[in-house]
Amino acid sequence: MTVLRKDLLLELRTFETVPAMILFSIVTFVIFHFGLNQATIDGQLAGGVLTVTLLFAAMLGVNRLFVAEREQGGFDAFLLAPVDRSAMLIAKASALFAFLVVLEVVAVPAFGLLLLGPSLGPPLLGLIAVLALADVALAVIGTLVSAIAVNTRARDLVGPVIGLPLLIPALIATARAAAPLLAVHGSGAPPGKWVAVLALYDLVFALLAYAVFDFLLED
Amino acid sequence: MDQRPAIELRGLTRHFGERTALRGVSVRVAAGATLAVLGHNGAGKSTLLRILATLLRPHAGEVSILGEPLPRRGFAVRAKLGLLAHEPLLYRDLSGWENLVYHARLHGVGERRVEELLESVDMRRRAEDPVRLLSRGMVQRLAVCRAVLHKPALLLLDEPRASLDPAASELVEPLIGRGTGATRVITSHDPSAAVAEADLVLGLKDGRPAFVGPPEKLDARELRELYA
Amino acid sequence: MTYGRGLRGLSLATAATISLALGLVFFYAPLDADQGFVQKIFYIHVPLAIVSLCGFILGGLLAIGYLRTGERQWDVRSYVAIHMSLIFGIAGLITGSIWAKASWGHWWVWNEPTLVSFLIVLLLYATYQPLRFAIEDPERQSRYASVFAVTAGAFVPLNFIAVRLAQQYVHPRILTLSGGNLPGSMRLTFLVSLLGIALLFVTLWKYELAAKNTRAQIRALRRSLLGEESVRPLGRSAAPS
Repeated sequence: MTVLRKDLLLELRTFETVPAMILFSIVTFVIFHFGLNQATIDGQLAGGVLTVTLLFAAMLGVNRLFVAEREQGGFDAFLLAPVDRSAMLIAKASALFAFLVVLEVVAVPAFGLLLLGPSLGPPLLGLIAVLALADVALAVIGTLVSAIAVNTRARDLVGPVIGLPLLIPALIATARAAAPLLAVHGSGAPPGKWVAVLALYDLVFALLAYAVFDFLLED
Repeated sequence: MDQRPAIELRGLTRHFGERTALRGVSVRVAAGATLAVLGHNGAGKSTLLRILATLLRPHAGEVSILGEPLPRRGFAVRAKLGLLAHEPLLYRDLSGWENLVYHARLHGVGERRVEELLESVDMRRRAEDPVRLLSRGMVQRLAVCRAVLHKPALLLLDEPRASLDPAASELVEPLIGRGTGATRVITSHDPSAAVAEADLVLGLKDGRPAFVGPPEKLDARELRELYA
Repeated sequence: MTYGRGLRGLSLATAATISLALGLVFFYAPLDADQGFVQKIFYIHVPLAIVSLCGFILGGLLAIGYLRTGERQWDVRSYVAIHMSLIFGIAGLITGSIWAKASWGHWWVWNEPTLVSFLIVLLLYATYQPLRFAIEDPERQSRYASVFAVTAGAFVPLNFIAVRLAQQYVHPRILTLSGGNLPGSMRLTFLVSLLGIALLFVTLWKYELAAKNTRAQIRALRRSLLGEESVRPLGRSAAPS
């Protein structure tokens, strides 16, 4: 809890990461507009564009997640405290999750405004559920990968290069789950199969990250 | 008074890959005593401190701190030691107050203690400024506060006075000086000052213990050789 | 550590099994009715892919050994297993591609879930060595690589589930993994090939470990006999020794 408070405070003070993520995602929507040369999109294409944009925007946050800890001695200070080391994983994943939620609060309406053909209104609840599950996946994998990458040379390369393949199953599931929600005459509920895959993915990697994270902090 | 030695090292060895940073270091420090660690750059002083601080694990030999063997009982030791490292271990974009409150929470210490400490090092006025705007001496004063927040029984001090002017040095004396009653380990580039404070001197040369003994026994020639 | 023990017998067994497998492939297994001769690449391709996937998972299990004990040997074993699996996997991908071209007319088909999953897994493991290479301190390198190997090992089956579900229609394949619709002679040939490739994997794994181990011992001997300065420091490397 303490670490999470500090992280959110740090982001409030510096105001770097989240605005960059938001700006990045909006620019990406514009790029997709020109790249696809379409005024509006729907269905599977919309699901894919939204998911891919959020995924890449999340990578920006992942790259920054541990930089302050590494460069300003936060790791050492944390390790010196009589605190369970898993607290760092939970705090960082929560911080990243919070960043992603803020990002989506801005980026999803912007997506609806700029690119999406059908209205966002009816499928909103279903979309929130799908994105929340996707955010868990991004937060867990992002934290794990970021913790690995931050102690390597060329860390801004290592993070995405490992993180993106790991996230492909989550990407598939999110895009597929979002597709019928964003279709022209779509249903209001996401397909259960893909929600289940996403939930399974979240569960497996959350447990795995919890099991291996301690080893990334030791020296 | 605790009869067990506060620090007991037997044959402590640590490698980095094939390079050996510390080899066969053995020393006993009584509770409340001060150990000065001397040696040139790269002699292994910082490695030794990081091992004592539970941040690095020893590769061979026995380490016991405040009666607890490392690295097995690292968790128990951590609550009782304070490290003043080379880096201040403070977030540059947070204020001194926010930094110290964060560390106080991690250690389960109340905000009253933070206020007292800031008062005692004369940093109340600048407590709201982000750390990146402060001078090095001020940052060092905050770092001292951070290290002693939880009133540790063992102080590990890496060049504690490196960037402090004499007046500031006076200010932190009650926090990290002999008067605290804590066992202390001090490293310094400036051997004369460190030796003056010490009850015991450990001279390191290329990771090997070149001298272990009371400061009176350390003569000028041996001192020169340490730094040769 | 004596990785060399039993290596000769193992090598002979491998050579014999692979010869037998090749013999069966060319002289015993019937020609496939639709695809003809080129279908025989299946007997190399599928075992290569299966063995490399198992090798990746093995690498993860060995990495657990490292994380539990902190002994370098486990990391070396895990490294060699993943390294070998990468080579087997790339060979599997190439043979698969040839097969796809011959039977479907394209070098690459996206609606074959096994192929796609396999590509994703290879892409992930392709980052294993760059990751190691980017970490200076050997101990940390072992630890981080092990964490990667464990995570990626768990990723392999999960990825296959997700990708398989993603395909609405599945190409008629010769083999469902249970081998249900395979005629007996083809099945026997396939199983012998699989055994041969698996033995090849184990043999090469042991050879590589024995070589690495010997090199490390020679280095250690030199250092102790001739003094530390006589041995050039190890360069930055992705491989543990």
